[in-house]
Amino acid sequence: MPEPLLTERISKEQLFNYYKKILELRLFELKVQELYRNGRLPGFVHLYVGEEAVAVGVCSNLERQDLIFSTHRGHGHALAKGVPAKIVLAELWGKTTGSSGGRGGSMHMYAPEYGFMGTNGIVGAPIPLATGAALSAKVRKNNQVVVCFFGDGAVNSGSFHEAVNLGAVWNLPVVYVCENNLYATEMAFLRATKNTSIASRAAVYGMVGIEVDGQDVVAVHEAAQTAIGRARSGGGPTLIECKTYRYVGHHEGDPGTDYRTREEVQQWKQRDPVKLARKVLLESGGADETILQSADQEVEQLIDQAVEFAENSPEPSADSVNEHVF
Amino acid sequence: MPEQGRVITYADAGVEALREEMARDDSIVYIGQGIGPRGGNFRQTRGLWKEFGDERLRDTGICELGATGVAIGAAMAGTRTVVDEVFLDFALEAITQIVQQAANISYMSNGKIKAPVVVRGAMGAVRNAGAHHSHTFYNWFANTPGLKVALPSNPYDLKGLFKTALRDPGPVMLIEHKSLYNTKGVVPEEGYLIPFGEARVVREGHDLTIVAMSRMVELATKAAVVLAQEGVSAEVIDPRTIVPLDRQKITESIRKTGRLVVIDESPSSCSFAAELLAIAAEDCFDKLLVPPKRINSLPVPNPFSPVLENQMIPSVDRIVSVVHNMMRPLRRTS
Repeated sequence: MPEPLLTERISKEQLFNYYKKILELRLFELKVQELYRNGRLPGFVHLYVGEEAVAVGVCSNLERQDLIFSTHRGHGHALAKGVPAKIVLAELWGKTTGSSGGRGGSMHMYAPEYGFMGTNGIVGAPIPLATGAALSAKVRKNNQVVVCFFGDGAVNSGSFHEAVNLGAVWNLPVVYVCENNLYATEMAFLRATKNTSIASRAAVYGMVGIEVDGQDVVAVHEAAQTAIGRARSGGGPTLIECKTYRYVGHHEGDPGTDYRTREEVQQWKQRDPVKLARKVLLESGGADETILQSADQEVEQLIDQAVEFAENSPEPSADSVNEHVF
Repeated sequence: MPEQGRVITYADAGVEALREEMARDDSIVYIGQGIGPRGGNFRQTRGLWKEFGDERLRDTGICELGATGVAIGAAMAGTRTVVDEVFLDFALEAITQIVQQAANISYMSNGKIKAPVVVRGAMGAVRNAGAHHSHTFYNWFANTPGLKVALPSNPYDLKGLFKTALRDPGPVMLIEHKSLYNTKGVVPEEGYLIPFGEARVVREGHDLTIVAMSRMVELATKAAVVLAQEGVSAEVIDPRTIVPLDRQKITESIRKTGRLVVIDESPSSCSFAAELLAIAAEDCFDKLLVPPKRINSLPVPNPFSPVLENQMIPSVDRIVSVVHNMMRPLRRTS
């Protein structure tokens, strides 16, 4: 039997929504970059530019009560899980209207009301946490699935090994999504480890591992759909390796050119997730140029409104510094 | 604290607290190595697996980092957990999860996410276990905002503090002492809670205040008996929890007696004893008759040799000798 056509597997409306969400992630991060470079935002930011199809493709399969755990490069995950852009941006600005009321910032933002269990400043740390949340879902039998995002930098840590092993042996409803963007800060994955297939490591723990093109939102969506379905139906965890790339440096301020060539960056930009999603949408007949133009405008407005909201939101009162420690 | 009634061991008092709370709250899950059919290395979960089964008593391999992170993540998602490090020393494998994730989560999330997890571990010197199995670094956790730290010194307190920990909204370090597991005391069969932040006056006195934590309470009490025979009346105070700390009860005692000595099994520099001396200086300076003293373990790794380890750890003799010096009449310079 021939494989069903794309439009038989995924509705045009879904494709349209994926495109818009990917664009939202992209324009959000470019706005953050601009604000940060102009000295408007405190702290440090790690941008998700180039990796958007992973978050959108995975989270498009999740319900609101499902949980995700994210990384230091996590603004895109928050948006993809449904946290409003203005709440995320207000947090980056340290405002009371931010997802953590300004107590967290980029690497410590939490919105459990959207199933967003946090970015994280510690590489690898969310893997045990997500595994624990999946244990909670299992013992409470609440039908939740937990997704854990992490980068290639996390997979050589002890946290990865110990937590994935427990997730597998306890058959927990968790999906481990590795965003392999080829560099852990500046360390090339090819130099960090000898077996460079992260997906192949799944076999070590007795679970399914798959590799997927992380720039193609449809491919990510379908891989995650299978994995999330398996988790929800009691089939245990899956390790998904998404091959992707960040166009920007490790953090804002790192030019990202000392350890990789400009040619390599340009080569990855040929398969840009925004352009690819746009192309698929046009080819499937899900939208024409006019519709896309108005969609683009809508997303731009959303980002502008987020900036206005965050900029005009109040700073926390200094007297509140002691609140919420316990 | 009752003086008469049923007598059980410290280990069994912990088991009883767990049994009562796990029956009351069916969301509690207990995670750790050897805590299932084996009943725990120190018999600290004896009998619970038969009662509550694999689903709620989750035996793990040797993976404190993973198991502790899992316990914290489950707690963040709404399932109350206990993670048993068995030896407190092994919490070092997992300290990033305790300090960076569990302790910070309430604050970082603006109070939206809580981590109701009890991190359980046994500290201290016992039977010359050597340097890798004898640490007492409870003061590190007391220096971490977001963690509560309970140090039960006897079976009665262990049951009451453990039950309170199992109802607390946030992470609690429940740090037992290995050499106390087989000690016995009166423990009521009915359930009771001991609120955090309430010190216990173990023995009343008026000449000096001895504050001691965990197993050192036993030594302080023995020293107080010796001192009483010499006519020195020592008040012994056990803070029971060092975060939160019953600063009021401790400072009231110091202001009453004018003398303070702290007995602490960890080394003195930056220890909890140092904190108590600082509190005495801040709150009781005008009432101090002599400089406050601290008696800590010597700043060396726990030696294996019994002779050396006995030399390292505070002893009744050392306490009595320090107190003798503190009780000498002050030499006046007028």
